[in-house]
Amino acid sequence: MNKVYGRMFALMASTVLTMPALADEDQVKIALMTDLAGATADYGGQGAIEAVKMAIEDFGGTLNGKPIHADFIDHQNKPDIAVTKAREAFDSGTDMVINLSNSAAALGVMEIAQSKDKVVVVTGAGSDRITGDACSPNAVHFAFNSYSLANSPVKALAANGVNNWYLIVSDFAYGLSVEAAVTGAIESSGGTLSGSVKHPAFMASDFSSYALQAISSGAQAIGLSNSSSDTTNSIRALKEFGLGGDQQMVAFTLLINEIHGLGLDQASGLLFADGFYWDRTEQTREWSKRFYERVGKMPNMVNAGDYSGTLHYLRAVEAAGTTDAKTVLAKMREMPINDMFAENGKIREDGMMVHDMYLVQVKTPEESQYDWDYLKVLETIPAEEAFLPLDQSKCSLVNKG
Amino acid sequence: MLNTRTLMIVLAVAALAVAPAFIYPMLIVKLLCFAIFASAFNLMLGYTGLLSFGHAMFFGSAGYALGVTMKHLGWPPELGILAGVAVAALIGFLAGSVAIRRQGIYFAMITLAISQLIYFVAMQMEWTGRDDGFHGIPRGTLFGIIDLQDDMALYGLVAACFLLALFAIHRIVTSPFGQVLTAIRENEPRAISLGYDVDRYKVLAFTLSGALSGLAGALKALALSYESLNDLHWALSGEVVMMCILGGLGTLGGPVAGAFFVILLQNFLADKVGEWLSVIIGVVFLTCILAFRKGFVGEIGDWIEKMRARKGESAAKQEGNR
Repeated sequence: MNKVYGRMFALMASTVLTMPALADEDQVKIALMTDLAGATADYGGQGAIEAVKMAIEDFGGTLNGKPIHADFIDHQNKPDIAVTKAREAFDSGTDMVINLSNSAAALGVMEIAQSKDKVVVVTGAGSDRITGDACSPNAVHFAFNSYSLANSPVKALAANGVNNWYLIVSDFAYGLSVEAAVTGAIESSGGTLSGSVKHPAFMASDFSSYALQAISSGAQAIGLSNSSSDTTNSIRALKEFGLGGDQQMVAFTLLINEIHGLGLDQASGLLFADGFYWDRTEQTREWSKRFYERVGKMPNMVNAGDYSGTLHYLRAVEAAGTTDAKTVLAKMREMPINDMFAENGKIREDGMMVHDMYLVQVKTPEESQYDWDYLKVLETIPAEEAFLPLDQSKCSLVNKG
Repeated sequence: MLNTRTLMIVLAVAALAVAPAFIYPMLIVKLLCFAIFASAFNLMLGYTGLLSFGHAMFFGSAGYALGVTMKHLGWPPELGILAGVAVAALIGFLAGSVAIRRQGIYFAMITLAISQLIYFVAMQMEWTGRDDGFHGIPRGTLFGIIDLQDDMALYGLVAACFLLALFAIHRIVTSPFGQVLTAIRENEPRAISLGYDVDRYKVLAFTLSGALSGLAGALKALALSYESLNDLHWALSGEVVMMCILGGLGTLGGPVAGAFFVILLQNFLADKVGEWLSVIIGVVFLTCILAFRKGFVGEIGDWIEKMRARKGESAAKQEGNR
């Protein structure tokens, strides 16, 4: 009998054995952690992997004479898996984790990074808490946040006399944080909120009743305080029930991939704020075409943020001459960010990387000349207006002297 | 028989002692938490024959209870864990008292409804952090002397709790009380006609199972310093059913093996196969149900029994030939 158990145990042990790689002090190890295949893979996925690889290649592939090591970790959009795997990654020598789509995952990993003194670059999540009440000296928020996406369209429309709003809000933390940002922006620009409706997050597939309520409210602008499939489903429903004419549709979190999925017929006229548009300048076009050749789709602001964030981190490590988190973070804050993503981008004390944002509108099918020719850049919103002023920040790291 | 059992215990303790040298300790902590959870669930489905579809409510509520008491009230971890267990036991008692009034699918639906109720309350409350989760739970110092910030100390605590929980379940099912539970599973009307107050036994089983699930949830929240809203989600209630059935219902080791299998599969395959993971787990589950219904441990146990019987037979034959 002993033999049987002995054999069983040996079998179990041999299948389970996996030694974490031993940390090498000199080698820079970065990890992309995101949703690689799930419902929010536009915020991560293959695009994020290639963006990080491109950044490493463009940097030269080596640092301190050793190849730069990158891991690609799937958190399956589950915050507890993110927290467990981040802990494991940091313990096996990872210096920096990037992307972290899903705000809950980002907030969880930020705490671990702070306790283990490592660097986190958030590009895939938008919660204002990341640089607000939950801010951390070890975290940098790179691409966008709900404030920057909500504030600019509201102000731009107010300047054109559109100031009566109706909101469709997804009833979860992110949707509510967008709602709060939008409501604040509406109030400060002297507009009125004529009503709002909440829907369960990622569970409602039928948006017709919400769309009808929004249309019949008669509000000049209908705002979508939701994300991913909820946003695209809302857009489809609004179009189906005849939104048009004088009612303006505004999305507060939208990626170019989602427009690609919807088609211009459905999305045309839609207004939103974006952190990156591939067809904006010569530099963005050059980079985006390289990205397109590798991934088969044009980059969105999160992909661009992944590239820019990785490159900025590597440059900071090089300048600092060490991977020590505190020194590198100080360098990251000190060095301006100048690449295809940001012009004179700067990381503030609350961790927000402030850069210009763009108010964009989706083209009509007639206006679109070539593949992925989807957006008109209406306005460039300067960095200091796009993000929450520091004196209103809830972050404890901000010195309000 | 006794030898085999001692051997199993020695093996289990030795494996727990050696494992962290080979496997990342925090992964084992997670495995053990889910093993406790599945074992607690097994107490209901495997031994009492009650299919609850809402066990995540105990797992998650205990995590929040630990979080609130430790973060906001500054309780030490041992009291935090107790608070988690107590809250889960209370919910178990209340939910059990309501649910046992119906049987079969209606019972399962009531448990599902109550757990969904708790899920949506947690989702709407400001203090839970909604779907951002409850962050920043301190690990604290156990009994005022052991600093749990050290991963190995935490591992030791969870391993000890795991062994205690399994021992408790073993004692429960082999006690006269456990025999009554089995009687209820096998033939409820008969148990009633024998004079047992079946409802009381069921509520007690529900409460015990809830308390142990709470232990698992509290330990997980403590280990991760974080409580996720997913821990209350119905998908987790479904997962624990699957862990139990894959491993083997009504066996002590079955749920443990099932929990290890499912969590390891999720952990190692997710980066490689992505969305296909659910399909793979589904196929494994189907195969298991169709081909070996007793689960991994159940089938192995059967096989050992058979071998033993054959040995006994041949030994008897040899005796006869002589």
